[in-house]
Amino acid sequence: MSTTRDRILRVLGDIVPELEPSELKPGVNLRDQLDLDSMDFLNFMIALHKEFGVDVPEAEYRKLLTLDGCVQYIEAEKPAG
Amino acid sequence: MAEFRMPKLGADMSAGKLVAWRKKPGERIERGEIIAVVETDKTAIEVESFVTGVLEKVLVEPGDSRIPVGTPLAIMTVEAGTLPPIEAPRTEVAAPRAAESAPLRAAARGGPEVARPAPEGARAKASPAARRRALELGIQLGTVPGTGPEGRITLEDVEQAASARPAPAPAAPESRQQRMRYAIAAAMARSKREIPHYYLATTIDMSRLETWLETANRERPIAERLVYGVLLVKAVALALREVPELNGFWIEGRAAQSEAIHPGVAISLRGGGLVAPALHDADRRTLDDLMAAFSDLVKRARAGSLKSSEVTAPTITITSLGERGVESLFGIIYPPQLALVGFGKPVERPWVAEGRVCARRVITATLSGDHRATDGHRGALFLDALGRLLQEPEKL
Repeated sequence: MSTTRDRILRVLGDIVPELEPSELKPGVNLRDQLDLDSMDFLNFMIALHKEFGVDVPEAEYRKLLTLDGCVQYIEAEKPAG
Repeated sequence: MAEFRMPKLGADMSAGKLVAWRKKPGERIERGEIIAVVETDKTAIEVESFVTGVLEKVLVEPGDSRIPVGTPLAIMTVEAGTLPPIEAPRTEVAAPRAAESAPLRAAARGGPEVARPAPEGARAKASPAARRRALELGIQLGTVPGTGPEGRITLEDVEQAASARPAPAPAAPESRQQRMRYAIAAAMARSKREIPHYYLATTIDMSRLETWLETANRERPIAERLVYGVLLVKAVALALREVPELNGFWIEGRAAQSEAIHPGVAISLRGGGLVAPALHDADRRTLDDLMAAFSDLVKRARAGSLKSSEVTAPTITITSLGERGVESLFGIIYPPQLALVGFGKPVERPWVAEGRVCARRVITATLSGDHRATDGHRGALFLDALGRLLQEPEKL
């Protein structure tokens, strides 16, 4: 069964096709590592919403700037079940 | 009958690869339908037909060879009365001369051009500037297809022919990235050689706009949120209505304003390089509509599926490096456009409002203008209008 981290990486891979998950530093800003602009980041948030049913308010985007941050946020906010 | 020719999909394009036909011989084509896919040095582009008719005969099969701009690719019959009164550059279809009006030709010069090689043995018709430049570059005018009125060779045709000549070294570009660099190099070198730029900058208070955007996005579902850049595009488009001299092309020694406002938005491509496809009629669209169009454009730009009308239509370019931390940028105009607008990063600065010093978020907006077409005074009026429009985000 896929972990939350795997599912997030899959979602991110759709936004950044050249993503190499093994090379991603989990504690480093995704926008800097992957050269994401604001449109990419919004598309990432939309894709996370579709995947996990979590609607991230714009004011909380900063909590999802790293892979670790994304995992932590999604784990805490995703609907039970 | 008309020839469908390799289109010129940007000032930096001298040749392209025919990747695929989207229509078969005998098939009817409506205006606006995709007829073929062409790969430029930058990206693959879906080429639309700007006439209605029938694809009679394919002259070139898809392949790896680079086909010079203007080369006939297919024969079409064009339905009578379907040659459009276009505003923006169009896909290359060499149509009957009588059907073309002068304004149509002028408007079309920003992109795909109707190439007409000089008749054999005849002295090529060329503008004095084109003759001088051809002499400087050692180019035989008789070998240059003319795109001006009655096949007249223009300065741009000569520059085009020069850039289409094989570079001495390296003989063949190795990769897409390298080819893109060459294409950008050609366009930017041409810009700096031909366009006397002037540069202006202004600082704009963004606090009202940011507060408005934050509130608007709080009320929206995630898939309908707006990004900051879309508001900037709309404000630029509205400011151009007030100073239209900045919106259009420099063609054959004069400025040709475009009534339609199609800002090209610079989109960086993964792995390097950039494209600047058009957001059509940005001044007339709602923010929601612009946002949807911008999102779609970014996706397709990176997937390599832009349409020819998007790459040839831009009447001005907007670029921003704010997301990469740059506070101000002074861009190089993309020929034959007349101006480029640049935005930097929003930063917090001391600001005086109503006689008091306070901290405000501000950005630096810049204008690169073609001094042949406008003076700094008009450019200043544009930046003033832009700053004013950004203080009323609810009206954008």
